[in-house]
Amino acid sequence: MCATCGCGDHAGAVITVPHDHADHDHDHAHPHDPAHSHDHAHQHDHDDHPHEHLPPTETISLEQKVLAKNDLLAQEIREWLAARDILAFNMTSSPGAGKTTLLERTIRELGGARPISVIEGDQETLLDAERIKATGCSVVQVNTGAGCHLDAEMMRRALDTLDPPSGSLLFVENVGNLVCPALFDLGERSKVVVISVTEGSDKPLKYPHMFAAAGLVIINKTDLLPYVDFDLEACSRHARSVNPDVQIVPVSAVSGEGVIDWYTWIDAQSGRRDDPATIDKVLPAGVDRDERHTSGPRVDSDDVGAQPCPGERH
Amino acid sequence: MHEMSITQSVVDAVCERAAGRRVRRVTIEVGTLCAVVPDSMQFCFELATEGTVMEGASLEIDQPPGRAHCRGCGADFELTDLVVLCRCGSADVEILSGRELRIMSMEVS
Repeated sequence: MCATCGCGDHAGAVITVPHDHADHDHDHAHPHDPAHSHDHAHQHDHDDHPHEHLPPTETISLEQKVLAKNDLLAQEIREWLAARDILAFNMTSSPGAGKTTLLERTIRELGGARPISVIEGDQETLLDAERIKATGCSVVQVNTGAGCHLDAEMMRRALDTLDPPSGSLLFVENVGNLVCPALFDLGERSKVVVISVTEGSDKPLKYPHMFAAAGLVIINKTDLLPYVDFDLEACSRHARSVNPDVQIVPVSAVSGEGVIDWYTWIDAQSGRRDDPATIDKVLPAGVDRDERHTSGPRVDSDDVGAQPCPGERH
Repeated sequence: MHEMSITQSVVDAVCERAAGRRVRRVTIEVGTLCAVVPDSMQFCFELATEGTVMEGASLEIDQPPGRAHCRGCGADFELTDLVVLCRCGSADVEILSGRELRIMSMEVS
């Protein structure tokens, strides 16, 4: 069941800033009891109506999108992010495709040039948020409980807690799931689907909605290609059959192979391509912007952990 | 199982518009190209409406079929999945219908 299941707890997701001490007393205000936008507790007099006659009915035309509320909130988030020059990406994949490992490398290698924050979505645990926090990056964990995806309301609450700085990059690591996150706009600039070579080449055909919604497909774990039966070309073809214009970037988050193409894509999304200084702002110092398919750039250790962690303000 | 979230969104929106009136019937459109399973929505609808002005209401789901237009050869054709490829070989295809996810109307008393 989803986070919005029959229990009626519409705000069931728990948002946590990871702390250094697991047994830390949570004396900060918990954000999971916001004012509900609806209340089903009101009484209806007609329930007590003693007569059996059928009341006249009236048909009212609504013609509104089912996810209008989510989409409206997502649009507000999009504008909120744009006003702060925050570039947000919604990262989706099956569980285990390597999203967190890719983010760890990305933070290490880009974090020196531009502040990075992360919203981690998982059903349970703070494990991924702790991994991200270990890179020195600001992070909040959204635990969806039984929920299978993040929605715009969770995103809004996570942003309120995270308070990402202006001009930063924001990665939202969605719940590992190639089905549900496709439908829910979070206000991101683009959805990024990560698939790994240990999965089937035909995954884009099996989960077409997610691949159709993506602005970028990352094929991860290319270092394992010699050991698995994965057809890179067929996978790319399948992805393009449901999303003809999608960009596809093969990478190894472990070895760094191809990650420069990922960074270049991120930079292109900033919408400031005309500014020659932009790419140098995003790409780590010393990286040739034309470099392709080489090992990932080395990063000075000074760059690691340089980001403030709002979670530590408690 | 995002159908529960989707159904909850329907129930929230309809309850809001009903403004306390009893809802007897809700009609929605779920295109065949949507990643939403109508049977699952029917199942979730009963749970989601419990204790609301929609309790006991029926849910009618229209399923517009997938239709597409090829910008290459100009043909209009039916689309049964998201593989957007015209018979002429062109992938420059516009999806005309099948992705609807809309609340069309409600019957109140």
